[in-house]
Amino acid sequence: MTKPMYRGETPKIIALGAEAALIKHTFLGMPAVYKVRLPKPYRDPKLDLRLRSERTATEAKIIHDLRLAGLPVPALYYVSLSEGLIVMEYVEGDLLRDLINRRISGYVDLVRELGKVIALMHGLGIVHGDMTTSNVVVREGTPYVIDFGLAKYSSELEDVGVDVHLFIRAVESTHYDVMEEVTIAFFEGYASIAGEERVKEIKEKVKEIRLRGRYVEERRQKRNK
Amino acid sequence: MIILGIESTAHTFGVGIVKDEPEYILADVRAKYVPEKGGIHPREASLYFMREAPRVIAEALQTAGLRMNDVDGIAVALGPGMGPCLRVGATIARALSVYFNKPLIPVNHAVAHIEIGKLITGAKDPLIVYLSGGNTIIAAFVAGRYRIFGETLDIPLGNFMDTFVREVGLAPPYVVKGMHQLDKCAEESKEKKILDLPYVVKGQDVSFSGLLTAALRLVRSGKAKLEDVCYTVREIAYSAIIEVSERGLAHTGKKEVLLVGGVAASSVLRSKFEAMAALRRVDVKVVPPKYAGDNGVMIAWTGLLALKHGVTIEPERAYVRQRWKLDQADVPWGDP
Repeated sequence: MTKPMYRGETPKIIALGAEAALIKHTFLGMPAVYKVRLPKPYRDPKLDLRLRSERTATEAKIIHDLRLAGLPVPALYYVSLSEGLIVMEYVEGDLLRDLINRRISGYVDLVRELGKVIALMHGLGIVHGDMTTSNVVVREGTPYVIDFGLAKYSSELEDVGVDVHLFIRAVESTHYDVMEEVTIAFFEGYASIAGEERVKEIKEKVKEIRLRGRYVEERRQKRNK
Repeated sequence: MIILGIESTAHTFGVGIVKDEPEYILADVRAKYVPEKGGIHPREASLYFMREAPRVIAEALQTAGLRMNDVDGIAVALGPGMGPCLRVGATIARALSVYFNKPLIPVNHAVAHIEIGKLITGAKDPLIVYLSGGNTIIAAFVAGRYRIFGETLDIPLGNFMDTFVREVGLAPPYVVKGMHQLDKCAEESKEKKILDLPYVVKGQDVSFSGLLTAALRLVRSGKAKLEDVCYTVREIAYSAIIEVSERGLAHTGKKEVLLVGGVAASSVLRSKFEAMAALRRVDVKVVPPKYAGDNGVMIAWTGLLALKHGVTIEPERAYVRQRWKLDQADVPWGDP
């Protein structure tokens, strides 16, 4: 990183994950988030550089594409592949998770709005990969989707289904007492963009995904009983 | 309390005898089935087990200086594993239990790898990275069971490594002087080239089948040196495992990592784990090679913990469970 970008207020670490560090700071005077994928000492340096730049490029491209399409995501300010760095707009607001937990009036409308945003995103051939209510920031009544670290380009029903499945599972574990109305509102919003037919197709896929994997033996046992 | 444990889930018929005070391990006798070519043939392995079993049991008792009547219980690995192999151990254990009137204790093979690891390394509440021929699992103890945070979506790491070296003509034998053929071949790469092969991590999970196909295709095309392919394949496979382990640590907040299973013996893998652990300020504990592979001691030790918590099974109900997953086994003794 070049020095001048650091002018302004003092940088503050927001999160230190396994994949990247998130730093709140300014960029050309605007509040910004610096997302840095740090080098990993356990990886071959060439492989490390390849992975960090590939992932940085994909994430940046996806944020940029969504923003160009007019969706509520952070604006992209700066990218450096060799440093694994993305600088983007800092979206000031509350997490949708907290707003639902506080039961603020109109949280159901926010979820419906989110359903529309996700449907539009899927329509552009992009899946988020980590769709939870903690990855949605609400600013002035608009749900902004953030953290595209696991996002990818895909139009396959499978990937779309996983996205929706992850969202429902997160709602079940975080907002179990209002789960039903939240899920219904999400699908209402989704259907208003993608159509009832598509939603039906996705719901079928989600059902199938939930019966997979880990639960194979339980399924067998049921059959044998 | 003295427990005799029987392991027969895959290539090893092992009998271990343990007691509940130091030095814990009284006997450890193993017979390992080594195929002349190819991988494990379950029927061939089970026939080998049947021939070897009486000798292995007698030798274990002799080493411990005990008779069957001195034993307080018979533990047996009922799964997961290969059906024909599992049935040999299960049949013998049921017979011993009934004939000598000893409680029969069901043991999950995966849990046993973890418990012996904890006993030997002194790990208390670790993130567990279980890497073997048949398993690739990132787990941690939460509320009565070892819960799975990440795993392979297709083939396990050990199986992947074995299949690759076999298909390119480097194995069997798969391991020479404690070093896997893949590590050996990778060390010969002078340029340490990273070739264009797929690296697949999906959230907390890894996937190796695409890497295997692409790597074999590259070797067969003759467009790359074998040692460079070995190096790339190893770096990708190990890095993927460590990446999901790091996520597991970030997610669970555990302060130590315990490496268990046969593949944990790789010194290259261990040094990579140590580099990651230093970064996150956690400890790495590795099961020593002697107990990293399948053995009867780990079954006996887990059986001892289980019996102390009243876990037994009626012989007529002690069926083998080929798909008995780690997170389906109750661990009433597991609270750290």
